Amino acid sequence: MLDLTFETPKPKVIAGAKHDWELVIGMEIHAQVSSNAKLFSGASTKFGAEPNSNVAFVDAAMPGMLPVINNYCVEQAVRTGLGLKADINLFSAFDRKNYFYPDQPAGYQISQLYHPIVGEGEVIVDMGPGVARRVRIERIHLEQDAGKSIHDMDPNSSFVDLNRAGVALMEIVSRPDIRGPEEAAAYMLKLRQILRYLGTCDGDMQSGNLRADVNVSVCRPGQYEKYQETQDFSHLGTRCEIKNMNSTRFIQQAIEVEARRQIAILEGGGEVDQETRGFDPDRGETRTQRSKEEAHDYRYFPDPDLLPLEIEQDWVDEIAKTLPELPDEKKARFVKVLGLSEYDAGVLTADTVNADYFEEVVATGKDGKLSANWVINELFGRLKKDDKDIEDCPVSPAQLGGIVALIKAGDISGKIAKDLFEIVYTEGGDPAQIVDARGMKQVTDTGAIETAVDEIIAANPDQVEKAKANPKLAGWFVGQVMKATGGKANPKVVNELVAAKLAP
Amino acid sequence: MSIDLETAARVAKLARIRVEEEALPALAAEFNTILGFIEQLEEVDVEGVEPMTSVTPMALRRRDDVVTDGDQQDKILKTAPDAREGFFAVPKVVE
Repeated sequence: MLDLTFETPKPKVIAGAKHDWELVIGMEIHAQVSSNAKLFSGASTKFGAEPNSNVAFVDAAMPGMLPVINNYCVEQAVRTGLGLKADINLFSAFDRKNYFYPDQPAGYQISQLYHPIVGEGEVIVDMGPGVARRVRIERIHLEQDAGKSIHDMDPNSSFVDLNRAGVALMEIVSRPDIRGPEEAAAYMLKLRQILRYLGTCDGDMQSGNLRADVNVSVCRPGQYEKYQETQDFSHLGTRCEIKNMNSTRFIQQAIEVEARRQIAILEGGGEVDQETRGFDPDRGETRTQRSKEEAHDYRYFPDPDLLPLEIEQDWVDEIAKTLPELPDEKKARFVKVLGLSEYDAGVLTADTVNADYFEEVVATGKDGKLSANWVINELFGRLKKDDKDIEDCPVSPAQLGGIVALIKAGDISGKIAKDLFEIVYTEGGDPAQIVDARGMKQVTDTGAIETAVDEIIAANPDQVEKAKANPKLAGWFVGQVMKATGGKANPKVVNELVAAKLAP
Repeated sequence: MSIDLETAARVAKLARIRVEEEALPALAAEFNTILGFIEQLEEVDVEGVEPMTSVTPMALRRRDDVVTDGDQQDKILKTAPDAREGFFAVPKVVE
């Protein structure tokens, strides 16, 4: 497999009143599993349905109902694990996490505390060309989502919709390997990209299908390295957990303000309490969510309604065979095989749709770099102007590939290619036929160009005198020749001829 | 391990069961009897014995990813003390 080598980014340093501090961040990301039915019931997972219409009796915790696991959700968790190069645990089991809240009718959430389905893996978080952070994944477990409470529809009541209750979630837990707010945001986006490639989560952050709890602590420079050497957490500061964020912008803000809050406490001689906090974006601060007396005591125990989940290695191998090429591999291939810059490869592999389009362009255009330029600069630029997605693009990859092939063959100049692109974009048609039909072919015939050059020189004796004295003015002649030939003359040939003829 | 009154009160609170102050000593005593029995069980050496999860040799039953349930808002809300506009209505919950 192709790999790009990378350097480790520098950790974020915050200057306190007394000295410098570094950040240490770990994240728990909840990703909604893409599936038709819920994790333990046959009710639909469809978003936006009439309240309480996607609810089976077991989701509403009606007495006597038993959970039956959705095999596809298990498969999706395994696929995600494989995509994060993680260990798959053939034996896993479900536990009850007990707490009361109106949107959780059973009084417990079925989760996997003691035996998660996926073990250790990794995510490479790109922080710019040649710079990336390797973030270790500690585990991924399957669990149920809760329902939704709405607090603003009535002054005296909260309203509860159980449509989301019981939908499968994957909780992806990282090690504290993230070293700054930007890295945290980039980690979330990279994970989102991988999940979307795998098709295991749609990554829709606005609908809450991907949300993060962020653990933040601060330490003095040098301490983190001691932790990495020993894996002993006592070298790190006390952490606080900021709950439930679904925007990378808020994640960055929350980490920054939380770190500054902790630094102020520590420099003031105080101690940070380990606690759960919430981020208030309006006031730009984090606040304690629960007082100590109310601190959660989940009283986990194995769920007696569910036998352990035992899966076969053969099945895992089958799933492994269906994995798509993942972002890192695709990017490395674009760089090493197609000759793209790391930046361009990054842009094109951000989404599979873009990457697939680009590859089809290359199939016809036969030039990776040129195709990348045209897709990124001309096509994306034009689509952006029209506020269109690549799915609604009027130019097919074969058409764009055709344009690239014409440029590569020297049949049309770059300038004419832009005109041709505009024609294909607005009118459609086969690029090669358009070029023939409208006489757009580049003139490389030196004789014909020479005639044009001679005519311009003969018609402009004053300009010739000036250009002989100042060779920089030769550009004017080149422009005139290009104009006279309708932009079809090969600019390189024109330049050479003009320079030769004006030579004193 | 012994359960004092404070722990008994806490357990009751976590389970959302109201226990009057005067009933706590009896509850604590009952917990202690149960724990005493568990302590007795702990004397058995189970080193190397795998936990038994089922009395019959069964594997976890799994389901296909097909929507087979739902579309029964009326039944789901039927036993709710209060329901409005398709939602359960519960006493205001303030975080």
